Amino acid sequence: MVQLALPKNSRVQKGKHHAAPAGATKVKTFKIYRYDPEGTENPRWDTYDVDLEACGPMVLDVLIHIKNDIDPTLAFRRSCREGVCGSCAMNIGGRNTLACTHGHAEVPGKDCQISPLPHMPVIKDLIPDMSMFYAQYASIEPWLHTTTPEPQTEWRQSPEDREKLDGLYECILCACCSTSCPSYWWNGDKYLGPAALLHAYRWLIDSRDEATGDRLDELEDPFKLYRCHTIMNCAQVCPKGLNPAKAIGEIKKMLVDRVV
Amino acid sequence: MASYRTPLGRARGLGAAKHGVGAWIAERVTAVALVPLVLWAVFAGLRLAATDYYGAVEWLTSSMVNPVLMGLFIIVGFMHMHAGLRVVIEDYIEKHLTRAGLLLLNLFACSLIGALAVFSILKVALGGAY
Repeated sequence: MVQLALPKNSRVQKGKHHAAPAGATKVKTFKIYRYDPEGTENPRWDTYDVDLEACGPMVLDVLIHIKNDIDPTLAFRRSCREGVCGSCAMNIGGRNTLACTHGHAEVPGKDCQISPLPHMPVIKDLIPDMSMFYAQYASIEPWLHTTTPEPQTEWRQSPEDREKLDGLYECILCACCSTSCPSYWWNGDKYLGPAALLHAYRWLIDSRDEATGDRLDELEDPFKLYRCHTIMNCAQVCPKGLNPAKAIGEIKKMLVDRVV
Repeated sequence: MASYRTPLGRARGLGAAKHGVGAWIAERVTAVALVPLVLWAVFAGLRLAATDYYGAVEWLTSSMVNPVLMGLFIIVGFMHMHAGLRVVIEDYIEKHLTRAGLLLLNLFACSLIGALAVFSILKVALGGAY
């Protein structure tokens, strides 16, 4: 049965409070999930009163400010700081998004709560273990499959066929969508999740690919594909504005086209 | 015990079942069929509420339309209920044995209650109710 309450050792406790420096004028409180699975302590919520004048406008700026100037023990991933790499995906104010493209002013209320992507094993603080997520992406074999001998130059594609990949190829695999999906929470070991399925559709619809039928065979499964119940959380949270739910719907339509 | 299985090995698992589209189509076909059937059933329920036992028997035996539509409503309705409950069980029940047990229970309960209902309709419609 789905566990509705956390086991005793996972319950999040009240943590440390870091007060704002004297003379700070514009203060916002950031409540951040802290956990070290190698230690013996339960996870905890640390609160940081941050002087917003001392850092940039994005949540990632706040996190970097906290790490540099308040508490160097805070762990989080970041790289490109402009929404291209997908490293800083986390749950901000109850919503999965990228810390680098989400302004702290966009979070309603006085406090801003930040936790790792939901329902993922935590490596430390805001860093989730993504190995299963990446393996699910690898399992759909996200590369061109062909039998025809490779042409002298490139595999050709009409501009119209190329356009079909728009809205799919932009995915940066940040996992905001998959980890916002209740079906992925409950059956993440078997359900591929919106990100992997969006990429699966990206290869299904590619006019150059010759393994469409094999790809559909590998997806037709009550769990791998059909756990999607069009809940639409994926489309709502995607920081790149993509629609994985629509891509999954198109896969389901292709499977129907095979038999009807 | 720690598992040394690679993430890709775990993600691939036992592979694709290579079925599922049939169940998906069946869910939708029964849903579409239930639109007119439910409308008819509401209308029939209102009519039956306004009459007594003998009126209801008369309503079931007077023509073929009423018992046939009633039977279809029961059969399609229980098929749809079975499909819906199956999805709920698959979604929320994690333990394999519990999941398999509840899937069986769902199938047996829906079949049994549906069969009893269809048999009752036939019994009345074929004149055995008086």
